[in-house]
Amino acid sequence: MSTIASLKVGQVGVISEENEHSIPLKLLEMGCLPGSTVELVQIAPLHDPIYINVNGSHMAIRKEIASKIKVTNLES
Amino acid sequence: MGKNNIQVSLIGNPNTGKTSLFNKLTGLNQKVGNYPGITVDKKQGVCNLSSKNKAIITDLPGTYSINPTSLDESVVLKVLENPTGKNYPDVIIVVSDVENLKRNLLLFTQVQDVGIPTVLAINMADEMDKKGISIDVPGLEKALETKVILISAKKNTGIQELKSVLENYKVLKPVTNFSEVAKRIDVSFFDALQKVNPEKPLYHLWLSATQQSFRDVNKEDLSDFLDDVSKLKKYQHKETIYRYQRINNILKENYNLDKSKAKDLRSKLDKVFTHKIFGYFIFLSVLVLMFQSIYEWASIPMDFIDNSFGSLVEYTKSIMPEGMFTDLLTDGIIAGIGGVVIFIPQIAILYFLIAFLEESGYMSRVVFLMDKIMRRFGMSGKSIVPLISGTACAIPAVMATRTISSWKERLITILVTPFTTCAARLPVYAILIAIIIPDKKVLGVLNLQGLTLLALYALGFFTAVISAYVLHKILKIKSKSFFVMEMPEYKLPSFKNIIFTVLEKTKTFVVDAGKVILAISIVLWFLATHGPSSYDKVEEEVREEIVLSEFSEEEIAQKIASKKLEKSYIGIAGKTIEPIVKPLGFDWKIGIGLITSFAAREVFVGTLATIYSIEGVEDEGTIKERMEAEVNPDTGKKRFNFATGMSLLIFYAFAMQCMATLAIVKRETNSWKWPLVQLFGMGILAYVSALITFQILR
Repeated sequence: MSTIASLKVGQVGVISEENEHSIPLKLLEMGCLPGSTVELVQIAPLHDPIYINVNGSHMAIRKEIASKIKVTNLES
Repeated sequence: MGKNNIQVSLIGNPNTGKTSLFNKLTGLNQKVGNYPGITVDKKQGVCNLSSKNKAIITDLPGTYSINPTSLDESVVLKVLENPTGKNYPDVIIVVSDVENLKRNLLLFTQVQDVGIPTVLAINMADEMDKKGISIDVPGLEKALETKVILISAKKNTGIQELKSVLENYKVLKPVTNFSEVAKRIDVSFFDALQKVNPEKPLYHLWLSATQQSFRDVNKEDLSDFLDDVSKLKKYQHKETIYRYQRINNILKENYNLDKSKAKDLRSKLDKVFTHKIFGYFIFLSVLVLMFQSIYEWASIPMDFIDNSFGSLVEYTKSIMPEGMFTDLLTDGIIAGIGGVVIFIPQIAILYFLIAFLEESGYMSRVVFLMDKIMRRFGMSGKSIVPLISGTACAIPAVMATRTISSWKERLITILVTPFTTCAARLPVYAILIAIIIPDKKVLGVLNLQGLTLLALYALGFFTAVISAYVLHKILKIKSKSFFVMEMPEYKLPSFKNIIFTVLEKTKTFVVDAGKVILAISIVLWFLATHGPSSYDKVEEEVREEIVLSEFSEEEIAQKIASKKLEKSYIGIAGKTIEPIVKPLGFDWKIGIGLITSFAAREVFVGTLATIYSIEGVEDEGTIKERMEAEVNPDTGKKRFNFATGMSLLIFYAFAMQCMATLAIVKRETNSWKWPLVQLFGMGILAYVSALITFQILR
């Protein structure tokens, strides 16, 4: 299954409700909710961290966390 | 006189323009204090609402949620905890920006549930059209059961309306929707929780159970609920999700975003600023430009300040009777204060540029670019800000590490930041470079003295990075490196906000450093003019010794003064450490300078000034001229030769000579261990490096 970390630049997915407890509270609070669409905006030059846009909230997270958040319904 | 005080708290996400609103409401009528027990700055200001009422406004640190992940953020809970507390608000303004209303409403609902009247101010309303946003304000007011005001702190709209809402805060009712959320999470759990204390609001019980810094209800009474941590965590997750569901429903009806109208400046600029080649190139250029401007722009006011203080010293000397008190005043106090004041231009410019980069949103991109690189050295991308601020002063830099959530990354950043060349090192560097490095041009354009200074900056920075790497390998601290950072929209910074920041930080630096210098000058003067019993006999002894030689009266007076200094308390202290510092090329007078420098580095120059003037080597001339005239009695040559000068430069580059920084590190790390590690680690490095430098160059 795909995670935020496996998205390509510009690719959009929906955060899965499966495994939602592995999303850190802080990320939930910043709007990274199950069911939200997430777009991978940019990957830092050394491949980490990554820059995402979740429902209009723009944030940078490290791959370590991103790889724990599952996404479905990928489109490009 | 006799106005009613209304206590108001400003709460909001970072990057919402909360501080702009605070500045707009209070003007220059603000002061920075401390919350009892913690070092977080408390910004408070007064806003006149009418002839009858005024608002005491407290600007709380920006946060995304009431659940704190840093010391700064925990202040919000602390203020809301205690109804009898001095800063307990009568009314709260939650500030949101128009674009991220949804995320801001999470914080709003959390704050509102505490049970204090809470209004919502939606800032940057002037940009609604441009962004294709429309908001149904009456609908939103109905759904949130409070006043909603569209404002623009920049364009000064909605401020009057907000003020009149504050004045009439009594019509607002406390609203809490927490019981509905609680019902959805787990009815029986929250029923049982309520039974612990039926008098208290359920949300207070819940916050007391989940938050360290909220203790409205005794933790012992809640012990049945505290054991199952994972359950509490799970319920906090659910709480957040349910809150967002409610917010989504509210916004669906009252908030509309027309995407076709939105102009996406952010993504275009991001393509350049976070580009894998241009991104670094731009960052490097910004850094070069920063340091260039610090030297170019600051040199004119610095020369002016230098001359003014020089004339002030001359003037004071001319109107005061000759004597030791005059020397204390002129060479100790005035010169010492001048030594601080002269750095105002550089510090102010540096703070101005840092504030500009932060406010514009660019700094977040730098953090994004640098995170992976910094992590190899055990730090975080967020360590960039403290490391750059450290070139002004380590104290605000250490405090700026609070945004780093991983304890190990934060600790390493705190430990290595004092290696960066702070402003306090500059007076020492400047005077030593002027003495030992010839004022020559190399390769036609580059000034040799300037290059030396640049090399010292580079030395500080690389030492910081290398020691970070060593610490990263040595320190066995397990800490979750949790990193999340908002990438805010780019904006033109508010000039007013930046000026406020610069004024505040510069003032703190001058006042803090000024106090230390004043105290040290007086203590030093006392210790240098008093001594144990043998001190009083010096004059007789000297006169006996030289009774047969043909010295002029002036020369005799000089010999007496010199001997007196040697026998004074400070002379004894300097003599005591002389054997230790001699291998570094220092004598006991420089030793005294090293001792006093433990209070603050910039004291060094003033100390030598005081010592040389008490000694009365030459009554005229600048400190630099006196230092150049100082002779090493062993060799008969200049004391400040190349080897000694270089050795001193290296010593000052590495040694941890700043009590204020040590105190801040103690408070920030909550232990004496880390400041002591800094003191001894950096001290040993400084000693060994200076030793090697001197032994090679002599």
